[in-house]
This record gives sequence, C-alpha cells and structure tokens, in this order.
Amino acid sequence: MEEFKQKFYLNFIEDNRWRYITNGLGTTFTVTIFAILLGVALGFLVALVRSTADKSGSKNILLRILDWVCKLYLTVIRGTPAMIQLLIMYYIIFASPNVSKQFVAILSFGINSGAYVAEIFRSGIMSIDQGQFEAGRSLGFGYAQTMWYIITPQAFKNVLPALANEFITLLKETSICGYIALTDITHGANTIRSQTYEPLLPLLAAAAIYLVIVSCLSFGVGKLERRLRTDAR
Amino acid sequence: MQDRTALFEIKDLCKSFGDHLVLDHISTNIYQGEVVVIVGPSGSGKSTFLRSLNLLEEPTGGSICFEGLNITDPKCNINKYRQKIGMVFQHFNLFPHKTILQNMTLAPIKLLKKSKEEAESQAVELLKRVGLEEKAHAYPSQLSGGQKQRIAIVRSLCMNPDVMLFDEPTSALDPEMVGEVLAVMRDLAGQGMTMAVVTHEMGFAKEVGTRVMFIDEGQIKEENTPGEFFEHPENPRLREFLSKVL
Repeated sequence: MEEFKQKFYLNFIEDNRWRYITNGLGTTFTVTIFAILLGVALGFLVALVRSTADKSGSKNILLRILDWVCKLYLTVIRGTPAMIQLLIMYYIIFASPNVSKQFVAILSFGINSGAYVAEIFRSGIMSIDQGQFEAGRSLGFGYAQTMWYIITPQAFKNVLPALANEFITLLKETSICGYIALTDITHGANTIRSQTYEPLLPLLAAAAIYLVIVSCLSFGVGKLERRLRTDAR
Repeated sequence: MQDRTALFEIKDLCKSFGDHLVLDHISTNIYQGEVVVIVGPSGSGKSTFLRSLNLLEEPTGGSICFEGLNITDPKCNINKYRQKIGMVFQHFNLFPHKTILQNMTLAPIKLLKKSKEEAESQAVELLKRVGLEEKAHAYPSQLSGGQKQRIAIVRSLCMNPDVMLFDEPTSALDPEMVGEVLAVMRDLAGQGMTMAVVTHEMGFAKEVGTRVMFIDEGQIKEENTPGEFFEHPENPRLREFLSKVL
C-alpha cells in the first residue's frame, strides 16, 4: 500500500504530472468532437451523392463525375492507415511548423471518419423501402425534400448503432496524435512514463479514461436509440 | 358525352424495360368524375400504366396530358402536378417515423403552405369521415392493415387532389379488412372523385366502376361499362380471364 502511494505520488502529483493527462484529455476531446462533426457532414454529402447516383442509374453526367470522385475518396481513405494519413497531412500537405497541430489532427481524422460515415449513411438510405420514396414523390415532394423529410430521419435511426460504433473507433484512433507530437491522453501518459520509468500507472490511467468516455458515449446513444424507437413496435 | 372534361389525355403511351415492352401504345382518356377500374392478369402492365399517370414510371414513348398540360414534357415541373394527383399504394407506404396526424399534415404544410392549425383541422375532419379520429396521435405500426390503408387514402385527400390513383389497394390486406377500405373508396366515388383503380375486386368494379378496362400484353384489349364488360365480353383473352376470376 505504501508502495502504491509512493508510485501514485511519483507519477501524478510530483511536478504536477497529472497535467499531462488532463491537458491530453482536452486535446482528445477537441480533436474527437470536431472530427466527428466534420466526418458526419462530409459523410452525409458523400452518402447523398452515392445513393442518388445508385437510385437514378447515373444518367446525369455531373452526378456521374461526382460519384466517381466520391468512390475514389472512399477507396483511398479506407484503403490506407489513419496514421499514414495523419503523417501525410502534417509533414507533406501542410509541411509547416506554424500550423496548429490540433487543426491538422481534426482535418485528418475528420476526412478519415467521413469515409466510414458515408458508407454507414448510404447503407441506411438504401435500407429504406422504395415505397417510402414513392409515397413522398406522389404527394408532390421533390427529390431533395423527400430525402430530407422522409428518408433521412428513418435512415438515421437505423444506422445509429453503427454510427456510435464509428465514433467510438474514432475516439480511440486519436491515440496516434502523438506521432505529430500532439499531446492527447495517450501521449500525455507516455510522457509521464518516460519521465518516471514507471509504465503501469500512467498507461492504466489512460486506458481507464478511454473506457469511461466510451461507456458514457454508449450509454448516451442507447438512450437516444430508445427515444427514437417510439414509433416501432 | 361531349361536354365532359378530360383530366388525362393519354396518347400512344409506351414503356419498356430494356427490350421488354410493358406498355404498347396505350391511348385513352380519363374524364372528370369517372371511376375507371383497370383489370388484367399479373404482368400485363396495368400497374405500370397507373404508375405512369403520375410519372412514378417514366414513359419511354407517347404523351400524357393532365388538365390540358403535357406532363411528359421534360420541362414540366412534375412535382406541382403530383400534388393534384393522389396515389394509394398496395403497401400503404405510411411514414413510420411520424404519427397519423403528421403523416397527413406534412405535405399540406410544406407544399401548400397551410398553417399547422388549418392542416390539422382538415386532417381531423377527414379522420372522422373514415372513423379513425382516435388514431390521430398513434404511429402507423400500431394500426391494422385496413386502418393503414384508410389513412393512406385520407393522407392523399389532404392535398385536395383532382384525381385519385389506386394501385391494388386491397391486395395486401387480410380478407376481413378489404371491406372497410372498399367502403371508403365507394364513399369517395359517391362524392364525385375521379378515380383510376387497379384491382382484383370484381365486385367493386361492377358496383362502383363507371368504366372497366382490360389490359393484357401492354395494350387495352377491351373497355366498356361494367354491365357490358362483365355480361358480354368480346375479347377471347378477357373471356378466359373472367372465367378464371369470377
């Protein structure tokens, strides 16, 4: 017990080392939340283009080009590791020491997540019965209005579990922020370890924090799912 | 006969899926106040014909004029005309994420720019007519098939359409629920609504229809008043069809 107290003091209290963790927590939160927002916006647009092209049989030439660009985006982003994308974004695309590392991380993770969110949304849209679409159009709604009022609310509800899964993955994936020397929870914990030569407590603390955040997220999504399920039997 | 206004003027309507010709030069008119019942074997193109009338199926040839305007013209804004053409589907297609009242008021509020109060009072009025006012705040999944189809009918009526299209409205229903839906349709016909109905309910065709149309192999093989149609069918394919279904 005495030994544990000593180690706890060494790793977290001495020299205010707990700050590495709390600062890292802030970074992890910021990067995750903004990357989610960017990813959802991007994914929604890509999903709209892809499913519209699928449904209409791609007669419109502009739509076909857009669809092709979206497919390229999905292939490249899903076919390469997120870490390589982060490094390319930081060292090649921005290649400047003056750019905010947080901004680079948000952009990189957002673009990465967008590809997965796009396919989740698209599967949601395609899962809605064609009759829903026809009912909307037959009442006089245009394509976009039918999508907005009738299809996407139902699609969103169907894909909520998959979407939550993607957010959880994204949160944990931000643990590679350290590779561009951005201090997130993982990098903070690792910094403590390198100063104290004590890996156990800092790494366990970092793991526990991720676990708590993920649990809270799952709980929140579960509640939302139950609220949206009112209309289903 | 001359002073009747044609709501639909259909000329040489064709529709093909790839090499398969589903509608083969169909020409006919649908007049104000008519109840046209369309019958025929499955795969004959009768549903495709009905769905072409509001362009849910895009014709590959010919033209359809609705209230004097060519709606098959690519420049025509079909969304505007669809507001005037109600449609009822075999599988109801109610919006499961919205209550009955919301199902009925969504289009009038968003498209006709009615106030929420105005749209809701009209919806409640219609719900009373079909005896379902207590379901206003229920969700579609809480309703029986017959109730769903009655709601689907009044949802279309909320747009004050000039004509109603019915695509096999009772085919997905349990037998004991067919009557309640047909009753609503009979009621509607009695009020002078122009209707085009694809159905297998020959009783309804006889009793409510003003004209019965037999479609086979993508063509109108015979059309007549219900009396003549059922008593003196001329086309051999129609005789064969009637002998099977009656």
